[in-house]
Amino acid sequence: MSIVFFILAALTITGTAAAMALRNAVHCILALTLGFVGLAALYLQLGAQFVGFTQIMVYIGAVAILAVFAIMMTRSAGPHPQPAFSRTWRTGTLIAVIVFAVLAYAISHTTLAPATLPQPEVTVNQIGDTLMHQYALPLEILGLLLTAALIGAVIVAMPAKQEAPQ
Amino acid sequence: MTTPDTIDQIFVITKHWLLGYVPAPLQPIASAILSVLPVMGVFPLLFAITTVLERKGLGRIQNRYGPNRVGPAGFWQPAADGIKSLTKEDVVPRNADQIVHFLAPIVLVIASFIVYAVLPIGRNMVITDLNSGLLYFFAVGSMVELSVFMAGWSSHSKYSLLGAMRATAQMISYEIPLVLAAVVVIMATGSLSTVTIVNAQTGYTMGFPHWFVFTPWGFAGFILFMIAATAESNRSPFDLPEGESEIIAGYYIEYSGFKFALFFLGEYLGMFATSGLAITLFLGGWAAPFSFLTWIPSYFWFFAKLLVIIGVFIWVRGTLPRLRQDQLMGFAWKFMLPMTLLNVFVAAAWHFLPTGIIRWAVCTALLVIPFIVFSMGLKQNKKLQVRTYRFAE
Amino acid sequence: MFGSGVLKGMAETARNFLGSYVDKDRLTTVQYPEEHAPRIEASRNFPFLVYDGPDPMAGLRCVSCFICEKECPPKCIIIEKSTDKKPDAVGKPQAYPVKFNIDVSVCMSCQICVEVCPFDAIKMDVDFEQTATSRFDALLRTKQQLAKSNEYYHQIHPTEAAAVDAELAAARAKAAAPKPAPAVAAAKPATPAPTSAAMASPVATAPPTAAPPAPPTALSSRPEAACRSGETRSATTEASPTPDAPAPPAKETASE
Repeated sequence: MSIVFFILAALTITGTAAAMALRNAVHCILALTLGFVGLAALYLQLGAQFVGFTQIMVYIGAVAILAVFAIMMTRSAGPHPQPAFSRTWRTGTLIAVIVFAVLAYAISHTTLAPATLPQPEVTVNQIGDTLMHQYALPLEILGLLLTAALIGAVIVAMPAKQEAPQ
Repeated sequence: MTTPDTIDQIFVITKHWLLGYVPAPLQPIASAILSVLPVMGVFPLLFAITTVLERKGLGRIQNRYGPNRVGPAGFWQPAADGIKSLTKEDVVPRNADQIVHFLAPIVLVIASFIVYAVLPIGRNMVITDLNSGLLYFFAVGSMVELSVFMAGWSSHSKYSLLGAMRATAQMISYEIPLVLAAVVVIMATGSLSTVTIVNAQTGYTMGFPHWFVFTPWGFAGFILFMIAATAESNRSPFDLPEGESEIIAGYYIEYSGFKFALFFLGEYLGMFATSGLAITLFLGGWAAPFSFLTWIPSYFWFFAKLLVIIGVFIWVRGTLPRLRQDQLMGFAWKFMLPMTLLNVFVAAAWHFLPTGIIRWAVCTALLVIPFIVFSMGLKQNKKLQVRTYRFAE
Repeated sequence: MFGSGVLKGMAETARNFLGSYVDKDRLTTVQYPEEHAPRIEASRNFPFLVYDGPDPMAGLRCVSCFICEKECPPKCIIIEKSTDKKPDAVGKPQAYPVKFNIDVSVCMSCQICVEVCPFDAIKMDVDFEQTATSRFDALLRTKQQLAKSNEYYHQIHPTEAAAVDAELAAARAKAAAPKPAPAVAAAKPATPAPTSAAMASPVATAPPTAAPPAPPTALSSRPEAACRSGETRSATTEASPTPDAPAPPAKETASE
């Protein structure tokens, strides 16, 4: 638990909390991006380079950009006169409390490995080897799924065939 | 034959000598600062030199002189430009989103700077040798898009929003060919580390280097990478996001003074970084082009190659007109993507075929024949003719 | 083949790039403060007042008729008419401008003042270096600064000046033949009637500077001369130029 960890944790929590609290959709996305950056930095601090960079690449480079693009397309970036709390905030709070309780119970009843455990040196090569050998089939299935989604998106986006003009 | 190590390693030795004066607990931080500061000094300097070279080069291409007033042959022009942009009034539109408007150029410059962490600019001269350096490069590069969006959206101007949309769409589209073009090198070296990639290219056969650009897949990959890098850094002919004729200056139209200069700086730093990556991946990084030239220090070769690539960028900018948006997207998805995927396949074939002339012939054929088929197919759909204007005359 | 056009273009620009260092004739740029591009006769930039004879203030052709001031679209001309009449270069008593100011920063170089002037007193200059170091008085050009000789006019617009001189000479010859003043109006039937009294002045003051060529050749050499009468007519007969502009000179002068 170094000071770096606390800084990064504060950054992540601030970012995600701001993403929930802010009223402007674009500000929310930017705050969420900050949370992603904090999370990625946490991964990096733990020595998981691949996961950390993939986090940045996928969540900032793709997810945030996608959301941003949706905002630019729809012009709904202005502040909305919605109440700060949604109507179902009681249910949401209940679920959040239950999830938190379960996690807290699980963590408190788990005997953690000693902190002096040497950090496993997971290199990108090892990840690649594991993906290509042990998990080759799931990877292929995922690839197929994504390809199907891609083709589906293209078909949805294709201009509808016009009837022949009279 | 071999480099006098003191000259080649002079910066590394200086750094270690300086570190000796720092108390031990502060040494990691001092080491980082000593590595970062030169990079933060050299590349903005290169930016200054490039702006004046670009303006002079473009001038000569158009049969003009270019800037020739400030200092000898106009080479103090960037200093004058810098003073001008520093002293200019910083105008922020009243309706702009003040915070995001302020943060956008900063994010851009930070994102442009931190990619240099993995660029080896000389032997033993890299800020950090990350295990997944290439991944880091592309991950950080994707943050540039976000800053572009921030600039375009926060300005509250339709031109800047249109520019930001164009820029984001273009960057997303060309990031895929960019990464796929780089993948072939990862396949060849089996590593994501930029240092390992350069080290794999330092050998010589009969005086000629082992650069990846001298293989069929490497050559195709280099060309595709450079095209994608041009698009990624929003340079002509892919400078639609700042198309002056229709959206004035694109996403940074509402910026003035020093913030505008920061955008300019960020754009050029991005261009240098992708060029530097192209050098690292395909042109042997800091390796000398011939074995008898290895006595010249490694960092010299890196910057020489960088300047050559910048020169080509300027040359292309002076030559090609801007693409149309549909041409841009069509080019990315209908030409760049298939070609890069094919290139990945060719690189795999190269890996498994036995060494020799057959490997060369097969791989070249695998690349050239689809290319010709592509160009024929792309030409068939287009009726190339002199455009007639209905209303202009 | 795909990309061959790009290579062709790159070769062309490379030829330009290298050629510009070898062949100085390629460079079309003029190094401005040191060298000037040759002046184009048809160019026009900012009006000046023409004077005849040696003394700029005495020889001004302007009789402060206010037509240019009224016609000026951006209203950059400020004229103050003299109360007395002083003899001009020829000796005929005429009103003269006490003050004739043009604001450079407001002038839009439209040349309308030149077109409406019935006395050929205001013409367009080719001098484009109109900068000043102060925003206020330096940009307001006074009568003294605006006055330039007829020789200068001949220098910058030779054909136009020759045609003007020829026209003036012809009018003067006509005026010289019949002594009574009303006959002068016949020389220019389209000019406004009330100014016809003042019309005598340009006719009389036209100096014997450059020997004017025969009128027909001068008119044929310059198409602008042919439409001159049309321009003066349009200035007088036009009903409503702009809503906020004062009534056209023809109406206003007629009501006097």
